[in-house]
Amino acid sequence: MLRWIIWRDLMLSWRRRADVLSTLFFFVIVASLFPLGIGPETELLRSIAPGVVWVAALLASMLSLGRVFANDFQDGTLEQLLLTPQPLFLVVAGKVFAQWLTSEVPLVLIAPLLGLQLGLSKQTLVVLVISLLLGTPVLSLIGSIGAALTLGLRSSSVLIAILVLPLYIPVLIFGAGAVQASVLGFDPQPHLYLLGAVLVLSLIFSPWATAAALKISVE
Amino acid sequence: MNLYKYSSPVNFYPLAGRLIPWFAIPAALLFAAGIFVGFFVAPADYQQGEAYRIIFIHVPAAWLGMFLYVLMAVYAGIGWAFNARLSSMMASSISVTGAMFTFLSLVTGAFWGKPTWGTWWVWDARMTSTLILMFLYIGFISLQSSIEDPRRADRAGAVLAIVGVINIPIIYFSVQWWNTLHQGATIRLLQKPTIHGSMLYALLIMLAACWLYSVAVVLIRVRCIILEREQNAARFAEATI
Repeated sequence: MLRWIIWRDLMLSWRRRADVLSTLFFFVIVASLFPLGIGPETELLRSIAPGVVWVAALLASMLSLGRVFANDFQDGTLEQLLLTPQPLFLVVAGKVFAQWLTSEVPLVLIAPLLGLQLGLSKQTLVVLVISLLLGTPVLSLIGSIGAALTLGLRSSSVLIAILVLPLYIPVLIFGAGAVQASVLGFDPQPHLYLLGAVLVLSLIFSPWATAAALKISVE
Repeated sequence: MNLYKYSSPVNFYPLAGRLIPWFAIPAALLFAAGIFVGFFVAPADYQQGEAYRIIFIHVPAAWLGMFLYVLMAVYAGIGWAFNARLSSMMASSISVTGAMFTFLSLVTGAFWGKPTWGTWWVWDARMTSTLILMFLYIGFISLQSSIEDPRRADRAGAVLAIVGVINIPIIYFSVQWWNTLHQGATIRLLQKPTIHGSMLYALLIMLAACWLYSVAVVLIRVRCIILEREQNAARFAEATI
């Protein structure tokens, strides 16, 4: 069941490659706007790079959240999935994992390029990728709660951002903090451990919250 | 006498109407007393002069802003778990008052910060987490107001409020840690080691006044919500009593 859901969602997003690519380009464009707005001084750019890349990742992941359940909700697939005998959190976990693979992993892969643009060193780029690998699943997991709550509402995309962005703040602080520590020559491990702890907590709790929210929204 | 009778919105409507004066009038009296003690009895602070007097509204507002969020989540959770309509209505009613107090504490904090710290806003851990608390309130209110079906709005709000309550400690500690990492504790709130007796009285009176005000306003608003959702039944109940 889990494998089937992941496979199905991967196939669906492969057939709509443009959506994935547009998220990726949004990420690159937002991160490239900061040097244009702030100025080309390398020192300044290096000191703001962790925050810029992380905030851009947060905003880019907002774009794909609306799609996690909305398409299935519109064509009635979601209702069928709710009726299956399998526990709902498995369905949710599968869909969230597929969303992470298609929308967040590309961001993680392109992030070192942006880091290079902003003047980060090789060592810091490794920390950036690790922090994004630990942090982006949390974005998908918490974001899926917001996506499930706003299912089928009029202004759902703006609403998701208002609901979910305040809940992203710990991830932003620890993720950008790890990269910042590495830029300043400190040990980034404490931040990464805390990020891992947040990941474990949200892995345990958020599929249940999303499942409850789906039941409320669909009934 | 069966107290559960009042868990039905229709029965609660007239009861709330009779309770409101019992909270509203003492609130007005205590506000007057608190303002009198705060302005005329309490002495000026030796460090901050007269400017410190804003704490008499700032501190109760900040306390209520935090406490009302938890209370709102408890009401929303009860309403969701036991399918109790009145509980959910209370949660929506509390959310607006809580957001108002959080906003008030941010604004008065800025007014206090300007003369004492020389700046309107500092990225201090406590101020930052209060700002995030207000974002959470805004999320709850905007989610509820964009859902047409009231039952779905109640339940969706409950999920969001509970997720928010679980997140508040994580947010608070991460913000505090972020703050000490970046700039260190430059400014501490309430540096005074001891607080003068009359200052404490003024603070406590104002806190009680804010509490009573909250209860009164929440009851007035919950009466409006009952009227909106169960119009005919509520009018009928009022006419028969």
